[in-house]
Amino acid sequence: MNRSMITKGLLIALPMLAISACSSTSDADAEAQRIADQAAADAAAAQQAAQDAVQTDTIQAIQLTAEEKLVEMYSSAILETTINFEFDQSVISPKYALILDAHAKYLVNNTDKSITVEGHADELGTPEYNIALGERRGLAVSTYLENMGVAASQITVVSYGEEKPVNLGHNEMARSENRRAELVY
Amino acid sequence: MFARLISILVLVTVSSSAYARLEILITEGVNSARPIAVVPFKWLGKGKKPQNFSEIVAADLQRSGKFNPLSIEKMPKTPSSSKDVDYAAWTQLGIEAIVMGEVKPDETTPGKYVVTFELLDVLTGNVNMPNFDPIMDKRRNTVTTAQLRQYAHRISDIVYEKLTGERGAFLTRIAYVAIDRSSSHPYQLRISDYDGEGEKLVLRSKQPIMSPSWSPDGRKLAYVSFEKRRSQIFVQDLYTQKRELMTSFPKINGSPSWSPDGTKLALVLSKDGQPEIYTFDIKTKALKRLTNNRVIDTEPNWTPDGNSIIFSSERGGRAQIYQVSLTTGETKRITWQGDINLGGTITPDGDNLVMVSRHNGNYMIAVQDLESGELRTLTKTQLDESPSIAPNGSMIIYSTVYQGKQGLALVSMDGRFKANIPANNGEVKSPAWSPFLQ
Repeated sequence: MNRSMITKGLLIALPMLAISACSSTSDADAEAQRIADQAAADAAAAQQAAQDAVQTDTIQAIQLTAEEKLVEMYSSAILETTINFEFDQSVISPKYALILDAHAKYLVNNTDKSITVEGHADELGTPEYNIALGERRGLAVSTYLENMGVAASQITVVSYGEEKPVNLGHNEMARSENRRAELVY
Repeated sequence: MFARLISILVLVTVSSSAYARLEILITEGVNSARPIAVVPFKWLGKGKKPQNFSEIVAADLQRSGKFNPLSIEKMPKTPSSSKDVDYAAWTQLGIEAIVMGEVKPDETTPGKYVVTFELLDVLTGNVNMPNFDPIMDKRRNTVTTAQLRQYAHRISDIVYEKLTGERGAFLTRIAYVAIDRSSSHPYQLRISDYDGEGEKLVLRSKQPIMSPSWSPDGRKLAYVSFEKRRSQIFVQDLYTQKRELMTSFPKINGSPSWSPDGTKLALVLSKDGQPEIYTFDIKTKALKRLTNNRVIDTEPNWTPDGNSIIFSSERGGRAQIYQVSLTTGETKRITWQGDINLGGTITPDGDNLVMVSRHNGNYMIAVQDLESGELRTLTKTQLDESPSIAPNGSMIIYSTVYQGKQGLALVSMDGRFKANIPANNGEVKSPAWSPFLQ
């Protein structure tokens, strides 16, 4: 359940990451120049080939998918977007350091990108208290990212309290999945 | 303008197709409930009778937990006027009081009905002494077809007040949030009569809606909407559908609660760091901050006199309920029992505090006598939240989980009467009981 939710989140988050990963401001000019150079080189090569005694052919380099490029740069942790919490706590467990470090590095490298940290709580306690608790979790993640060098202006924190559970059950397993912060690009 | 017309049409269509349809099911009755008879009202017109008054009145009185209406089969006779009552027969059955009446079409105006009813004291009637009149109340009113149901609740209110000395709260409404995850707009703010009838859509959204709070005149609702993917507080006029944005600060805009004089909202903002309690003047938009510390302060609610605000705070470690005076600014803690206390509301008479109290990990509705400090838990469920008190202080509506679904429930202030209010589709939460509407 948790896994499939992460995947679902990524299906939304990844294309955005992918677009940002392979586009920078001067990319268009460089691409045009590359095509022109390639055409000239191809013409020269064809002329040469006609005269040569031996002939060769080019093969395409293996292209990485957008996800693979991200993973190569930021480790596979960049694909994870959910941080879970203990009951009534907003302390980030050390096991999430890799994930948050990967996102922090991405945001530091891409200062034009911003992130929303959505804080969520389980169903225990009142809706209003859980809004406050969800915000505390969102802020814990935000502070971690800022400590890793991400600008505060790149981060927005929104608490949904207990209003948007990922698991609709009313047992401890459901609650542990619902106590979370989600990184949304 | 055209777009606005369409949006109104859409609202109307939705409200007639996607009902949450609430129904009250009594789960714990009261043995000592007083025996009473609500005789079927006599229909003096032709064809089918327009509304079953006695059924509505009997159900209202039974749901108060204070009365036990006699079933129709057990009635010795079904008179419709005090002139035809054999008091001895009712005395034998132990019946204390009889409600009876007649409905006839208004001969001058089609679509209107003349309804008469009488409330009779059986004991006085049986003694038959010249100076003691068994008729406790007798009224005649002309009502339209649309008003028939309301008028039945009005009769219940009169009967209840005559027999208990306390004002009835049957002519009231509840606001609540319904969640229908199969809908394109799953989060729906709805209102219905207190008994679940006459449900209407107030607002539907793709993002959560929270914390409805009634204006003291029963005409407007304040609520929190996440429609812009952040929290904002709105006030919406229920008659004109006009919405007005109240606050839209960074971070939390939450938990609005209307002041008893209708001029201010108490609310929670975290724009300056932690969630803090503020008052917000609806007209001037002036904010006044009431709390200032490094922990969570939330769930403000006004005391009935409007002179102070109670709220939940973690300043003492775990969440407990505190009271801040609006005149002196002095803050004191008012709950001491239970691991955690949240969501406090003071009863209309100012004597008791209703809240969510955690005991052994279970979140239950509890009431504390403010003078003696005595705390009583009223429910045995585990996930109770959002208690809201009827305007006469007799009953609490709250949200809980039963049969794996989030739904509403009722408990009387003494905890002896309980009812579930399941929705026939989706889940329902955040109930808010309206003030008196007449």
